[in-house]
Amino acid sequence: MITFSAKRVLLVCALAFAVLLGLGFVLPKWLVFLGTIALANGLVSLGIVLMMRSGVVPFGQGLVFAAGGYTAALLFNRLGITDALLLSVLGGVAAFCISLPFAPLLARYRGIFFAMLTLALSMVLYGILMKTDTLGGSDGFNVTRPTLFGFRPEAAQSTLLLWGVTAGITCLMAGLARVYCDSTRGLLSLAVRENELRVEYMGMSVVNLVAWNYLLAAFVGGIGGALGVLALGHIDPNFSYWTTSGEFVFVAILAGYQSVTAVLVSSLLLELVRSFSSAYFPNTWQLVLGIFLLLVIRFLPDGLGSQMYRLLPKRPTKD
Amino acid sequence: MNLLLTILFDGITYASWLFIVALGLTLVFGVLKILNIAHGSFYAVGAYAGASLVGWLLSIQMAPAFSLVALFAAAVAVSAVLAPLTERGLLRMFYGRDEVLLVLVTYAMFLMLEDITKLLWGVNPYYVSDTYQAFGTLHIAGQSYVGYDVLLIGLATGCGLLTWWVLNRTRQGKIVTAVIHSAEVAASMGVNVSRIYTLAFMCGVFFAALGGALTAPMISVQPGLSVGVIIVSFAVVIIGGLGSIEGAAIGALIVGLARAAAVHIWPPAELFSIYVVMAVILMFRPEGLFQRIQARKI
Repeated sequence: MITFSAKRVLLVCALAFAVLLGLGFVLPKWLVFLGTIALANGLVSLGIVLMMRSGVVPFGQGLVFAAGGYTAALLFNRLGITDALLLSVLGGVAAFCISLPFAPLLARYRGIFFAMLTLALSMVLYGILMKTDTLGGSDGFNVTRPTLFGFRPEAAQSTLLLWGVTAGITCLMAGLARVYCDSTRGLLSLAVRENELRVEYMGMSVVNLVAWNYLLAAFVGGIGGALGVLALGHIDPNFSYWTTSGEFVFVAILAGYQSVTAVLVSSLLLELVRSFSSAYFPNTWQLVLGIFLLLVIRFLPDGLGSQMYRLLPKRPTKD
Repeated sequence: MNLLLTILFDGITYASWLFIVALGLTLVFGVLKILNIAHGSFYAVGAYAGASLVGWLLSIQMAPAFSLVALFAAAVAVSAVLAPLTERGLLRMFYGRDEVLLVLVTYAMFLMLEDITKLLWGVNPYYVSDTYQAFGTLHIAGQSYVGYDVLLIGLATGCGLLTWWVLNRTRQGKIVTAVIHSAEVAASMGVNVSRIYTLAFMCGVFFAALGGALTAPMISVQPGLSVGVIIVSFAVVIIGGLGSIEGAAIGALIVGLARAAAVHIWPPAELFSIYVVMAVILMFRPEGLFQRIQARKI
């Protein structure tokens, strides 16, 4: 396992943010928009990867995605809070708070039961959202252009502004996730994945560890939901539907649990495949996506992250 | 009292087709240890195949009562074609992998089958309601019940009992049970595990397709069928305990009655009542109602 110092991680993140921001000025607008969606979705998958490291996979992260998204959209439309950065953080906080009562309960489950219980929670939210007319029912509702520190961009600048905010938040979250993964708690998560009983014998509360990982995943997922709704300009109950959650899980599996960067790359890859297949094969884009998923699972069983680690230069061991 | 009877009958009717579908899902999980998302797609293909075959029979002036045979034939055909193709051609490549990875493989299959279904049958709805009306109406205790619904309850009971009998009272069933307990030991005893996997998967697909075919006369068969049914079926098998036939039956009844109660008492709760019930049951029985206790590894 390769670990990195916090200082080095934050330096790389700052560099990555500068590069991504620069790319926003160079790349075509459609690609910048696609990248914004990919990074927002990638944040939800990043949370799933944090959970995967402790051996559980939530199939219902649509819950936190929708919680973050609806919170941001409602604050925007009802309370007039339009700052993209503030809305994103509040989306994350709302998702964290909604997940808080469930975390201790879910942390006691493993395997498919954990997956299905999280899925049940997201589907309960989906059902409630579908039938709540004040939240737009099945049609959802629209959100207009956000601001940043009081600056209201023109329509043409709006995509770039949101890209900058999304790239900044994503780089920060990715950096923090890397630092967390390399911390004692992060490394203990991997031990839980291998054999949780042994971790308990060492005096560590596995339930506490899994619960906190779930809450961190909820916070990051909520931010992703808020950024997603601001980028799309619309929200509806499908944010919480199981197929949406399934795509987040797929990105996490495609990335593997070793690399944080791989999650964001995988999310971008999925968005590109989806976008191109629906453009060039409008009637069979799901078929193309399915074949793509199968090829990835067949030939990259440990995820993109494992391939990226192989490319890293090997450091000599001290002993 | 009338409301109670209506809830009870609607619940049992809903539970019947759900049980047929969930029976296939739990069988596949029990033997192959795969939670098959593509099961919903097999259900949809069964519905389309059933609707097409019945539609053709009606067009050549066959009596609607014959449609029942056609629906069974459609399910057999779907199972005979699709099951070996997917199990031998695709799933076999991924055996032994992590269970979440296998779920994603079936998710990919689900996506592919969605489009393949649209390519084969188009996007326009199919109606074969003549079959639904062909079995008349029964009047019991001042209430009217559709004959087809009563028939469906009988068929679901028959499917459950037959599967239970085959698994518990026949030699072939005992071999399948041996594979469920330990495929390695069964193989060392001379059991052709690969063949059992294919057979179990065929049975699973058959039940999914049969559930779809039997539902076809009750609904308009159109794209999007598979998405709804699979998660409800998951809820059923999770409530009952994965791999348990008795569990699937009880799970289907619980889900069916919960949904019927929601529809008749508080309709807005219809969409999420099933999941609330599932969450509550899992809180008290973390591995479902009929799951055997398993040892934790040290």
